[in-house]
Amino acid sequence: MLSAGIDMGTQRVKVVILKDKEIIARSQQFSGFEPTKAAEQSLQEALQNAKLSRQDIQHITATGAGVNMAPFADSTISMMGADAKAGAYFFPSARTVIDIGAEDARAVKCDENGVMVDFIVNARCAAGAGTFIEAMARALEVELEDMGSLSLKAEKASPINASCVIFAESDVVSLIHKEEPKSEIARAIFDAMAERVSSMVLRLGINKDIILVGGVAKDIGFVDSLKRRLGTEILIPEEPLYAGAVGAALIAARKAARRR
Amino acid sequence: MENKEGKQEYWRWQEYRSVMPGRNWQNSEIITAGVDVGSVGSKAVVMADGEMYSWSVMRTGSNSSDSAKKVLDWAMEDTGMTAKDLNYIVGTGYGRVNVPMANKAITEIACHAKGANYIWGPTVRTVLDVGGQDVKAIRVDETGKVVSFLMNDKCAAGTGRGMEVIADLLQIPIEEVGKMSLSVTEDPKPVSSTCVVFAKTEAVGLLRKGWSKEKVLAAYMRAMAIRMSELIEKVGCERDFVITGGQSKNIGIVHRVEEILGIKRLPVPNLEQTGLDPVSAGAMGAALYAKALYEKSLKR
Repeated sequence: MLSAGIDMGTQRVKVVILKDKEIIARSQQFSGFEPTKAAEQSLQEALQNAKLSRQDIQHITATGAGVNMAPFADSTISMMGADAKAGAYFFPSARTVIDIGAEDARAVKCDENGVMVDFIVNARCAAGAGTFIEAMARALEVELEDMGSLSLKAEKASPINASCVIFAESDVVSLIHKEEPKSEIARAIFDAMAERVSSMVLRLGINKDIILVGGVAKDIGFVDSLKRRLGTEILIPEEPLYAGAVGAALIAARKAARRR
Repeated sequence: MENKEGKQEYWRWQEYRSVMPGRNWQNSEIITAGVDVGSVGSKAVVMADGEMYSWSVMRTGSNSSDSAKKVLDWAMEDTGMTAKDLNYIVGTGYGRVNVPMANKAITEIACHAKGANYIWGPTVRTVLDVGGQDVKAIRVDETGKVVSFLMNDKCAAGTGRGMEVIADLLQIPIEEVGKMSLSVTEDPKPVSSTCVVFAKTEAVGLLRKGWSKEKVLAAYMRAMAIRMSELIEKVGCERDFVITGGQSKNIGIVHRVEEILGIKRLPVPNLEQTGLDPVSAGAMGAALYAKALYEKSLKR
């Protein structure tokens, strides 16, 4: 059986195709100004990679912040629901799934079947999400990919007002002029983000195993800060960016199975 | 305005300076300066015997001390005045600890209160100061002293920087956004997110839905104005009410705040005739404090 999941993120659209619950294709595109078009293109690309056509897919489920901009989907699932599903798929021991994307950060508590039990999201502030790292990389004039390894070189963190992306931007500019090491500034940024994310997790309670997904899970600097802050191991799947799409595709597979 | 790569920079506002015509500093007894290094703009005011002599407003660079020096030098340009002629300098603003030539640093809250009292007189009781990253609601007494205040210390929502981000997104020169936002017949629902980063994303979504730029601006400014008004109401809004800081020039904001509060601000004095610019209220207050401090030091 073939199913597809589409995650309509604020920054990227991600598509995953499952064959009998096994991932056979992935693709991603920038959402841009026309997310619907990006979603269609991304789906086409994934189909091509899998040497399939649109008719082969029995059910498509969409999720993500722009979920209503994927009109061709057969059904939708909340981001939290998709996270819980994906967490249990990657690691059956998962009880907490942290998902950090470009603008969204959330912690989802789930049971052994991958069903969401509780969740917390950052609805009001971008300081705990991926955009924050991007803005800071720009301010530091460092490639986004290098932020993590740079921060790991630091033994301590610079003092910084990281309660707000905009405040932190001007703090970073003045710290650079004071010739603070960029590594210490980078570490301060990750520590501040980890602080915000862990406070979300702690409100749900520490329920192990803790899984980290979303684009930011690929950032070794953030992962290091979060581990330190939470004082526990964190499990990360191989392609964390696609977790939402995987969760949606799993829901799609279940819906298709029911229909038969 | 265009940057080095020739790309239009819609957020970039015009820097300006002026010297009061017909005033001669050489005959003055006390010359003081106030330097207000804000997160976005730096302002300098030079006063001769407690009266406006010259002023300048420019963009804050990446180095606070350089910006402080530059803006003060610009205020003194072509006047024959040099730093040695200044009896006392007070630094204020976000970068006040980095004003190297200042004799003393005073918080921008005290300075804006003092400056507002100087511009509009002793009847001022409530000051809304909206700068690049700060929104402050200040209650003052008849001498321009701070009675109480509230400010946004955790979040840049509703500040001038957010306005710049939206102007850039919509590709409208920052000086024109206020007027444009008032061209809608009725304000749409305000944007739901107050975070600068999220509001930008929300604005993109509204444009995608086919909203006009004017309507998007109106929705954004309505949200900003609501946020400011909440701050003012929390501190208590008493007449007379005035607005200082960069956003005092944004009629889109001024108009909406007045409407929500149901109270008009005192009108802005004619800049050319009086030199009293609400954007420089903090620097004015600093220059006035500088005069008082200098006089005190003479008595010792």
